[in-house]
Order: sequence, then C-alpha cells, then structure tokens
Amino acid sequence: MALHSAVKGKLISVIGDEDTCVGFLLGGVGEINKNRHPNFLVVDKSTAVSEIEECFKRFIKRDDIDIILISQNIAEMIRHVIDSHNQPVPAVLEIPSKDHPYDASKDSILRRARGMFNPDDLA
Amino acid sequence: MSGKDRLPIFPSRGAQMLMKSRLKGAQKGHSLLKKKADALQMRFRMILGKIIETKTLMGEVMKEAAFSLAEAKFATGDFNQVVLQNVTKAQLKIRTKKDNVAGVTLPVFECYQDGTDTYELAGLARGGQKLAELKKNYQSAIKLLVELASLQTSFVTLDDVIKITNRRVNAIEHVIIPRIERTLAYIISELDELEREEFYRLKKIQDKKRIARKKQEEEKAALGITEGGQYAANLLDEGDEDILF
Repeated sequence: MALHSAVKGKLISVIGDEDTCVGFLLGGVGEINKNRHPNFLVVDKSTAVSEIEECFKRFIKRDDIDIILISQNIAEMIRHVIDSHNQPVPAVLEIPSKDHPYDASKDSILRRARGMFNPDDLA
Repeated sequence: MSGKDRLPIFPSRGAQMLMKSRLKGAQKGHSLLKKKADALQMRFRMILGKIIETKTLMGEVMKEAAFSLAEAKFATGDFNQVVLQNVTKAQLKIRTKKDNVAGVTLPVFECYQDGTDTYELAGLARGGQKLAELKKNYQSAIKLLVELASLQTSFVTLDDVIKITNRRVNAIEHVIIPRIERTLAYIISELDELEREEFYRLKKIQDKKRIARKKQEEEKAALGITEGGQYAANLLDEGDEDILF
C-alpha cells in the first residue's frame, strides 16, 4: 500500500461554496472517479449539514485523497467532525471563502497550537 | 510515591551489578531521549512559525484568486456550471515524500502537473486572458495550500511524537530511575546487614573456640600435674622460640 501510494499521485479535494469550487477546479484539482464520485462538494444554502458531514467523512475514508480543502464557514458547521479527525493524512486545511474573511482563532490546528505562540503574530 | 516501590530482586552482589548497569542504561536512555525531544521541539517551533507565516500569506493569495474569479466572470459571463459539469481527470496531483527528523517520518506533499488542462478551451469566445490569469492564480494558491498542508501534517505528527517522547523522558526520570535507585539502596542495605551478621557470627565462633581451648588447657594442666611433667607430651617441642625467616 505504502509503495503503491508513493507511485500514484494523490488528489486534493474541495468542500466549499460554488465560486471556491469553480476556482479550484479551474486550477485543475477536480476528478471524477470510476464510480462517478467527484472529489469536490459544492455547498449552497440548500445543502444540509448532515450531507456535508457525510461527504467529509467519505473524503477522509478515501485513500486517494491526501488534502481536503474546506471553507472556514463550512468547517464551522461540522467543527466536531473535523476536530475528531486527528490523523495526519489526509490533511484538512481550512481556507478563507469569498465572503467570509479568515479567522485564525477558529482553525482546528491553530487552536491546538494556542498557547505555544503569541496571538499577535497572526495579525 | 512509596519508598517500598522497587524491583522484586534477591539482594546479592550479582543483582547489585545488574542494577548498576541498568541504572547506567536508564541514564543513557534518558539523556538520548531528552536530546531527541529537544531536536523535535526545535523543528516543531520552526514549523509553527512557518505555518503562521503561510496562513497569513494564504489569506492574501486567496483574496487575489477570488478577485480574479470575479474579473473572469465579468469578462466571460457565468461559467460555473460548465466548469462543474466538465470535471474529468485531475491535472494537479500530489506526491508524498518522507522527511526524517530524529527518527520520525514526516510526510511532505509535493504537487505536480499530470495530464492536460481540461478547461483548455474555456473562454475561447471571450475573456480568455482573464481566465488564463484566473487559472494561474488558483494554481499558485493550490501550490501554497499544498505547502501549508505538508506543514500542517508535520505539525500534527510532531505534536504527537513530542508528547510521547516527553512522556517517556518523564517516566524514565521520575519512575524508572528512582525505582532502580531504591532497589540499589535496598540491596546495599541488605548486603550490609548480611555482613554485620557474618561478623557477629565469626566473633561468636571465636568466643566459643577460646572458651573450649581454655577448658582443654585447664584439663591438660590438671593432667600434667598428675602425671608429673607435661614436657613429655611433645618430643619435638624443646621450648625455644619459633624462628621465622
């Protein structure tokens, strides 16, 4: 498995609003596998939280995904799921979305690092 | 911690030697682990600094990318659905490399181009330049994010490893070494006790022997008087001093 994964390139998956997804897809990260499962999820107002949660869990289980990019406002919705994911791979990365500025104090990783560095450094 | 907490061992010279070598081993291990923890901590701090730096940079890059998306939309018209529907194969993929810090393997992600651009023809009618710019912006954002992801993964891994190493260092320092020292002290005290006992036993035996000899001499003396001369008892002994060369 380890040897296999070293040869084969892994994917970046995206969970975000439409514009974020479109941007990253144009950047060239999108892929649809044989079972017609895309590696991205477009979240709009009608997307249920449970759906996001399920999708996130599915992405974590897939072994061809190494990095999961998730908009911070969506990450907030499923914060408990993200916090419970503590394996190094896949790496969950919170990104700022178009209409929500990035708030470092909400980031799961940076919250773990709190107390180790000066909060003023983030400003 | 109770003072009785020590290894179950029979107090003997051999066990003492064994304990001494174990104590030495524990001290060596402690210093080595301490060094490892320090090395990891150093790396950890470095990564933390980089993460913070990259996160702030990411904010700017993402803002720029989102802005160029709006620009491209203005020039080309809405292409969201076209893009979302035409996904086939990923162009940017990730390779994982391993980095080694003090025996800890850290994954390092590296993105590379694989295959052709699916959206080569997007924006062919109008707004192609803006779209190209948009693609470039998002690709650089992805590169940055991949870098950030490897930093973050290293961060999580190192965090765990540092915790484990520190736990080991503390266990050796506060549990294992004191226990071995207590065992050593116990062995030494037991051995001293044995020695005192032995000494006492020897003294007692000497006492008994002296009493027995006295008794014999008295008996002999009594015998010599009755037989009229004790010199006859030993032919060789002429009564002169022993000569020691």
